Amino acid sequence: MAQAFTKAMARNIFYGGTAFFFLLFLALTFQTHSALPELDNRNALTGPQGEMIAKGKQVWEENDCIGCHTLLGEGAYFAPELGNVYKRFGSTDAIKGFIASRPKDGVPGRRSMPQFNLSEEELTAIAEFLKYVSEIKTARNWPPNTQG
Amino acid sequence: MKYKSQKVAKLYFIAAIGLFVGQILFGLIIGAQYIWGDFLFPEIPFNVARMVHTNLLIVWLLFGFMGAAYYLVPEEAETDLVMPWLANLMFWIFLTAGAATILGYLLVPYAQLAELTKNELLPTMGREFLEQPTITKIGIVIVALSFLANIGLTILKGRKTVINLVLLMGMTGLAVFFLFAFYNPVNVVLDKYYWWWVVHLWVEGVWELILGSILAFILIKTTGVDREVIEKWLYVIIAMVLITGIIGTGHHYYWIGTPAFWQWWGSIFSAMEPIPFFMMTVFAFNMVNKRRRNHPNKAAVLWALGTAVMAFLGAGVWGFLHTLSPVNYYTHGTQITAAHGHMAFYGAYVMIVLAMISYAMPMLRGREAANSTKSQVLEMWGFWLMTISIVFITLFLTGAGILQVYLQRFADNPMPFMVVQEKIQLFYALREIAGFIFLSGLLIYIVSFFVGSKEPEATIEGEVVPT
Ligand code: HEC
Ligand code: HEM
Ligand code: HEM
Ligand SMILES: [Fe+2]
Repeated sequence: MAQAFTKAMARNIFYGGTAFFFLLFLALTFQTHSALPELDNRNALTGPQGEMIAKGKQVWEENDCIGCHTLLGEGAYFAPELGNVYKRFGSTDAIKGFIASRPKDGVPGRRSMPQFNLSEEELTAIAEFLKYVSEIKTARNWPPNTQG
Repeated sequence: MKYKSQKVAKLYFIAAIGLFVGQILFGLIIGAQYIWGDFLFPEIPFNVARMVHTNLLIVWLLFGFMGAAYYLVPEEAETDLVMPWLANLMFWIFLTAGAATILGYLLVPYAQLAELTKNELLPTMGREFLEQPTITKIGIVIVALSFLANIGLTILKGRKTVINLVLLMGMTGLAVFFLFAFYNPVNVVLDKYYWWWVVHLWVEGVWELILGSILAFILIKTTGVDREVIEKWLYVIIAMVLITGIIGTGHHYYWIGTPAFWQWWGSIFSAMEPIPFFMMTVFAFNMVNKRRRNHPNKAAVLWALGTAVMAFLGAGVWGFLHTLSPVNYYTHGTQITAAHGHMAFYGAYVMIVLAMISYAMPMLRGREAANSTKSQVLEMWGFWLMTISIVFITLFLTGAGILQVYLQRFADNPMPFMVVQEKIQLFYALREIAGFIFLSGLLIYIVSFFVGSKEPEATIEGEVVPT
């Protein structure tokens, strides 16, 4: 690099640039927080329904569903996208039925989902959680189609 | 090795390589499950083997970073570590906690592990890469703080170099952003928003500071190029990293319920993220070309140049491939992501850790500067086998990903996920084969530590003529 460009100048660009763009990032984060109430379906998270969804998220996490599935495109790529499974299946009952009916020893030769032995309440909770996620307003209505 | 306390690095490096083997074995298990869906089911379900694969990766890279720091910081600061005993103690704590966590994944169902470790008190489990029980996460914070205190005080006491400073900033950032792992609201959009403050701001932010400083250190040592020049480069590179990478986080805010302005911010800034990676490549080759001397440790130089190239390919090129929002609309959460994840992690972080091990291990084992030629030749075989395999793994996954995107998201009659997966089986089989070659490369790499120990050190052939 040219001699006119000194180490001190490089250092200042580093500190100045980092500080500036970090602050800008915080501003965008603030902006995001103001826009989210319109998008993130937070109304569903209030009242008894909200408690059910919170319980559902706990079931989701404590069984590590994300270790095989994606949720809004994030997670593992071994099994179907679940952010829109409510739309694909059409009802919470269908979701509950699917999860409850997984054979204990899997399906021979096919990628299998474990039998989690969830209680009726846990099944309802996880299905309500997936319904809540499907109603988050994603940009351009992602995923591109119901296949996820 | 100039300072006695640098010796602790050896433990960290050995553990790193051991866990690396475990990571790859579990990679091969999940790779097999991609082909034979019922392989090891229900004993080891895919998600369990996957968390072992990814968590071992993170843990061994952290061991590698810490080992690198314990070796590099005293040498740069020109003083012994202030608390070598703490570095030793933390090693055993971290290793025990890590092993216990992995055993926990494998021995009890995940839900039971959550219950046993009282996840409901402070729920943090069950999110990708952050599967560790909360208690393990707290352990990680404690280890990180003791580590920071140790190197921080050493740096304060001794000579303050840019390399040490940048490394310390990177490590501090690593610890600070990890704290977002403890924030887990019910609101899925917020959960995801801040989850990326750990994951993205790590690999495309503070970890790159660590990468840059280790690379700079190795280049100073092996090329003898003037420190001033190298430090200037380092500042410019890390400036570009954070200027582009912080707002570049927006490339994860396209489809998770976040507002539409992120489509622009994310696309523009992340499209510039390859710049610092490209600069790293230019930097490494430039310094080696301008070298004042030949270093007898050719393997270390190869790793250093390799990381500069492969990080650019994996993070820069394969990252750019899917980072613009109109592209990412189709590729988000597909095998394209996995392809990029593999080459980027390998190129940037696996290789820089192996570069540091390659540089430091001969000295840690009592050599003057390098291993015997015989050992280095084998090490370089390991380098090529692993590197070429990861290129093929990436290409096969990219092939799988393109077909997946087309059949499932782009074609006129989109097919269901599971149907598409069957149609792209061939690529998964090829990926698995490449995976086995990767494993053979890793084994040869390990064997290189045990051959030629009795033979004399490699020597420098001829002096460089300065240009
Ligand atoms: C070990 C991997 C694995 C885990 C963990 C897992 N699943 Fe699955 N899941 C699958 C696979 C594979 C399929 C596709 C099954 C098939 O089509 O035969 C599937 C399918 C589904 C479906 C139907 C999707 C569709 O479009 O057909 C739902 C709903 C579902 N899983 C919910 C869950 C929930 C909820 C959890 C967590 C409690 C979970 N899964 C955990 C592997 C897993
Ligand atoms: C060598 C043989 C390897 C095989 C067969 C393999 C296989 C796999 C598989 C099947 C997955 C899960 C993909 C999914 O979510 O569905 C995965 C994930 C992952 N692996 Fe590997 N892997 C190997 C080596 C490596 C190496 C060397 C690295 C590190 C450089 C690595 C890093 C990762 C990462 C970061 C993920 C998470 C990816 C993501 O979420 O996009 N793997 N691997
Ligand atoms: C060394 C640096 C990098 C590493 C280790 C890395 C690793 C990863 C990993 C593991 C993922 C998957 C995360 C998940 O599981 O959801 C990912 C996603 C992604 N990365 Fe990188 N990355 C790096 C740099 C970059 C760069 C420089 C770019 C852009 C130019 C980029 C663009 C992306 C994008 C767009 C995604 C999201 C993919 C999706 O929508 O599914 N990455 N990265
Ligand atoms: Fe990113």
